[in-house]
Amino acid sequence: MGEFKVHRVRFFDYMPSGIRALAFNQDTERMAVARMDGSVEVFHCSDRFFQEKIIPGREQCGIEGLSWVGERLFSAGLNGGITEYDLTNQKVKYTIDAYGGPIWTITGNQQGTHLAVGCEDGTVKLFEVNEDQIQFERNLDRQKSRIISLSWHPSGSKIAAGMMDMIQVFNVETGHSIHRMLADRGAGTSRSKECVVWSVVYLSDGTIITGDSVGMVKLWDDQTGTLIKSHNVTKCDVLALSVSQNEDSLVAGTSEGIVVQFQFVSMVLEKDDKEWVRTRTFRNHTHDIRAVAEITTAVVSGGMDAQLVVRPLLDKIEVRSAASALRKIHFPHRRLVSCARKSGLMLFQYPGHLELWRLGESEGKGTPGSSLFVKRNPEKLLQLKVKGEDHIRCSAVSPCGGWIVYSTASTLRLYRLHCDNNNISITKISKLPKVLSSANQLCFSSDSSHLFSASAQSSVHIASLSQSGCKFVGTLKPKSGSHQAIHLLAASEDGKWLASANSDHEVHIYNLQTQKAHCTVPVYSSAVTAMGIHPATNCLFMMHADQQMFEYSIEQKQYTDWSRTVQRKGLHRFWVERDTPCLNVMFNPQNPSHVILHDMYMLCIIDQSLPLPDDKTQFYNQLTLKSLTEEQRKSQSHAFKVCKTFKDILCVELMPDQSLVVVERPLEDIATQLPAPIKQKKFAT
Amino acid sequence: MATLYEGYTLCGVGPVQNSSNIGILGVEQGRDIDYVLVTDSSRSITVYKVSDQKPTGSWSVKQGQIISCPAVFNTQSQEYVVVTDDRVVRVWKEDDVNLEKAFKATVSADVLRVLSATDSEPVVLFCCGAVRFLDSLLASPQQPIEDVLTEDEIIRWSTIVKAEHQLVVLFSTEQRGEHCLYVQRFNPNTLVKHRIETEPGLSAPISFSATCRGSNIHLLYLYLNGSVYESVLPFRSSSTGAEGVQALSCSLCLSLPLGEEKLMSGAAVVLDEAHVAVIGFPHPSAGACKDYLCIWNTHFQTLQASKEMAGRIYSQLWCYSGKLYVPHGKMLSVIPFDCQKSSLAAAMGKLKQTSRNVLWFYLLLSLMNVFLTGFFLLFLQNVKSALTVDQLVEHIKTSAVEDVQAEVGEFIRRAPQADLQLAAGRVALELVSRSQTDANFYPQCAFLQLLETRYLCYSVCPELLSLAMVKKDFHLCQIAFQIFSDIPEAVTCACLKAILSTPDLEMETVNLDTDSVIFMKELTQAHSRSDEEGGQLNGFCPPALESDVSDTPSNKLQRDPLSLDMSCPVGLHKGALLNEVLQTAYSDRSLLPHLKDLTVPQVIVFLQYLRFLYFKYSHDAHKQIRALRTPSISQIIDWVCLLLDAHFTVLAVAPEAKRLVFDLHKFVRSQVKLYAELGKIEGSLQVLKNSKQSEDFGMYAIQVIELF
Repeated sequence: MGEFKVHRVRFFDYMPSGIRALAFNQDTERMAVARMDGSVEVFHCSDRFFQEKIIPGREQCGIEGLSWVGERLFSAGLNGGITEYDLTNQKVKYTIDAYGGPIWTITGNQQGTHLAVGCEDGTVKLFEVNEDQIQFERNLDRQKSRIISLSWHPSGSKIAAGMMDMIQVFNVETGHSIHRMLADRGAGTSRSKECVVWSVVYLSDGTIITGDSVGMVKLWDDQTGTLIKSHNVTKCDVLALSVSQNEDSLVAGTSEGIVVQFQFVSMVLEKDDKEWVRTRTFRNHTHDIRAVAEITTAVVSGGMDAQLVVRPLLDKIEVRSAASALRKIHFPHRRLVSCARKSGLMLFQYPGHLELWRLGESEGKGTPGSSLFVKRNPEKLLQLKVKGEDHIRCSAVSPCGGWIVYSTASTLRLYRLHCDNNNISITKISKLPKVLSSANQLCFSSDSSHLFSASAQSSVHIASLSQSGCKFVGTLKPKSGSHQAIHLLAASEDGKWLASANSDHEVHIYNLQTQKAHCTVPVYSSAVTAMGIHPATNCLFMMHADQQMFEYSIEQKQYTDWSRTVQRKGLHRFWVERDTPCLNVMFNPQNPSHVILHDMYMLCIIDQSLPLPDDKTQFYNQLTLKSLTEEQRKSQSHAFKVCKTFKDILCVELMPDQSLVVVERPLEDIATQLPAPIKQKKFAT
Repeated sequence: MATLYEGYTLCGVGPVQNSSNIGILGVEQGRDIDYVLVTDSSRSITVYKVSDQKPTGSWSVKQGQIISCPAVFNTQSQEYVVVTDDRVVRVWKEDDVNLEKAFKATVSADVLRVLSATDSEPVVLFCCGAVRFLDSLLASPQQPIEDVLTEDEIIRWSTIVKAEHQLVVLFSTEQRGEHCLYVQRFNPNTLVKHRIETEPGLSAPISFSATCRGSNIHLLYLYLNGSVYESVLPFRSSSTGAEGVQALSCSLCLSLPLGEEKLMSGAAVVLDEAHVAVIGFPHPSAGACKDYLCIWNTHFQTLQASKEMAGRIYSQLWCYSGKLYVPHGKMLSVIPFDCQKSSLAAAMGKLKQTSRNVLWFYLLLSLMNVFLTGFFLLFLQNVKSALTVDQLVEHIKTSAVEDVQAEVGEFIRRAPQADLQLAAGRVALELVSRSQTDANFYPQCAFLQLLETRYLCYSVCPELLSLAMVKKDFHLCQIAFQIFSDIPEAVTCACLKAILSTPDLEMETVNLDTDSVIFMKELTQAHSRSDEEGGQLNGFCPPALESDVSDTPSNKLQRDPLSLDMSCPVGLHKGALLNEVLQTAYSDRSLLPHLKDLTVPQVIVFLQYLRFLYFKYSHDAHKQIRALRTPSISQIIDWVCLLLDAHFTVLAVAPEAKRLVFDLHKFVRSQVKLYAELGKIEGSLQVLKNSKQSEDFGMYAIQVIELF
């Protein structure tokens, strides 16, 4: 197969942002995640938790709560505003001020008619959800302390509010408080500290469940306003609660990083006398769990350690499969690194700035497994801070290394980069065409002469680049189909074709010479996670979130024979069971039968000329092959050559000199940069 | 070690009718490994299920007809094939009752044998040397058969070998005293003739055995003079047979000892690459009786197992799937055997002590003995010793003890090393045989001197040790234990029994090797010292023991856990001798049955002594007693295990053993706890060690990877 020189890059200090809120939409099976930096992401729960949509955040917009109303997503935060998102174009739709100070919580009723927000000034404000806006309706009785948590009774007639030291139950109709329940403060020294009711859940049978800063999960009766039962879950805070759809299971997340499950079961067999019993404990986090959500078959939790953990509930799973395995999502399912292949430059995208690095150079040759002497160290050429408060949505560096472009929700900026010897200078291209005001995805043509910018309505704008500046050339529009935002663009090497993929799984191919839609790839049920156009054959190679792969001949408008063979024979079990999506598709110009793929844990070269492995074949066979002779290898090797040397991969690129660039971000490095977790007594410390 | 297990009789051997002197024509493999096909030289063919020792089917031919070759089973068609009256081929199935009604075909030439290998077509070998596949022969039975052999060439032996789906028929012929081997290969059909060339003066080979190993056929043949030769033939021949007669190179791989009697017959069969079973040759130490079945190791030239066969030996021997089939007397016996992978350790027995290079030196020396002189050489008739040895041997037969001792001493001093190596064994044998016959003759000094040459080993002179036991010469025993590395387990146990049954008082008078006695002295003294210090040396106080003490309130003494009964239960000299026994080489399986011979008091004393050693070693592990030979802790524990295994029920029942076993159990338990704790530490240490090794290249590196 061959040797590769690999640049192992670990200087991309990517820091994922902590998770603040989760909201699960049962009907669409989407999980919305709000992070500390104000970004909102939408994961598709039944498509291997693929991160379908990313709405970048802003400076100073601390989101505190998320809520679905039907298929609409709302958030509220400490800046006092309520925001609705445009999920089609993946941006903020509007923000209105609630005029109640910082908002701690937002929740919609099951009927989809009203939103309730809990404010710092002690009011619970009701908003009516209209067709295209929300409108303030009224306040419930104002309380003395801030409203931390809210929960609607499923009927929509009552609402429970968690506050400092107490829980109030309101009648929505009258706006008056029905009951006031006092939460006990902790014993001893914590007696003087207020008890914060971090989370509240109102069940249809009238039970109110609260989680508080004393570490208790308490059950109250809303008829009498009395405590039914209390469970001491932890010594620190219970920060989040979530109940399952059919109200037979409850999960609580604590600041120790554990998730505790309670189940509503009968104590005596075959009797209806049911009680809430603490059943299971999951430990998958190192830091505070700020949000939990119980979805159909799993518990999803997220917190300060920035990972989204999907812990399957094995009692609810009928068939064990890759979809039902424990899943930890650390990195975004988008590329944060772009590479100027012809000039050895790398562009790293941080939320608020870009960094441009030049790769190092090595000297001499080495045996496999060895490190080469680094003749020239990598060098940071440029740090580009974003103007304004919006975070970067997408960015790209041109293959020649002469152009840098990025886009936020509001602006798109294009820079010309001059790089002679060691003098770097950068000039902003002013007077951009009006249509290039914002982009969902950006891509340069392989000869760096054109910029493609994915925009609203699934359209792609083309701009030509020259010394003089940037000129609008035309717009590519799909013939039909959805208007979902494009998240992937791929241009062919010969400049003839452009492929775009949107979050409705549609892949459109455009002819760049005629600037017309050429064809649409048959829509597959799983999202496209990466794609690339083969430089020699002009076949489009697509990777999907369910790990299936397709190769589509653009010229013949049909799947290639190889692709059909793959679908007929099926992929190896081990390949399908991987739990991170492939994020890049590359081709080796020296060997047209090679396709290079990577996910978070591995790098894979698919040799299309070799036989496909079946389920009986040893899939990870590199070590076996290593110990065999050249002759024996021929009979043993199969198409999938998986290299597991690298871990926590953010990006892999193949450079023109056949060397690979592997950008790693070790999770241990991220862990060391996280704030210290709650101090826990550990053995021998 | 190879082992011959207890055999059983499969069937009787009918009265000898024909002139060829054999009762059984052949034993062939049946339809699976548990079935054999016995062809009687009278008129019947019987199928036996070997594990049940029962016949499952039998067929016989009519009066007047003669079965002329062993019946075989064709595994492909699940049919039996036999030839009667030299020319009639009969084929029948399992459920055919009458042989007369079975299919038969008359062929045009005399058939010598039908040969069948598993999963392949049987091959018919004609007396004239021609070969046909059974199928093609039965398709046209009257086809002309060509003459391959010359007129007076007779086939003596034939076989079929199969490997890699390729069949090879081998047969040897005799013509006017000249022996040839023919190799018939198929696809393409080639016949190669080899001339068997051995040392001049050898008569005809009496037995052949061929096996396939790797891509070669190994052919073993036995001569009446006890020489076993091996030839290697390539499985696939490059020659086309056109080159004419090729010489067959051979190498001597074993020389069997011969008795005084003239041998008439014998047979050998290869068991695996290192073992060969031989019948009809005398056992080296069993005198002239030749009715022994022996397994020899050809790598180390050692006798691995033997079994006496009652009755007349027919020089026939078959081996199928781990069982030997031996016709002897009036029966056919099945003897299961087991050949373990031969290694030096297995060939020499179990040798556990590795810390002492000295012992290895002994071992190597005695091995050299085996290789260079070998005890079989002593039995070879053509050994030509130096004249002085002969003279000395003559003198030993007649002279007085003092003279003999002086002469032997003189001889050892004078003789050159190489000669001495050859002669020492012979002299020792002679001395032993005189001592055995003449009660007053016991030249202890001579024996010691001979032992000190280190040219003796147990196999050279097996009687020496038993003689020393009879004479209660424990000093000689001790030296022999130190020097011999090949003492059989039975003898070791006999010695152990003798040592244990000798009273301590008597033992103390015996003059023993000083080094070992000093070791015992130090050991017992260390005991009293550590008692004074109260066992506080390493501060380890097993909690299990304390809890046990409180668990048993009946135990009023409240014994300190560390002051377990640590007085030596035997005298110094007895202990020193027992130490020698502990350090001998042995293998568990062979030792276990012999250990059962010990009486209960002997077992208890021995176990007490082992417990004493074990406690001592565990408590004074930090102490280094300087001695050349000391039993290692693992040897002690192995013996404890063996002893407990061998006398489990006795120890469970005997009241006097209760306390002993209780103490032992308590101590072992505390040790197990200790090691479990150590195991926990090991994990943490491992992590610490590994964490250092994790690769760290900083922020950037350029590496080379290779994909295959």
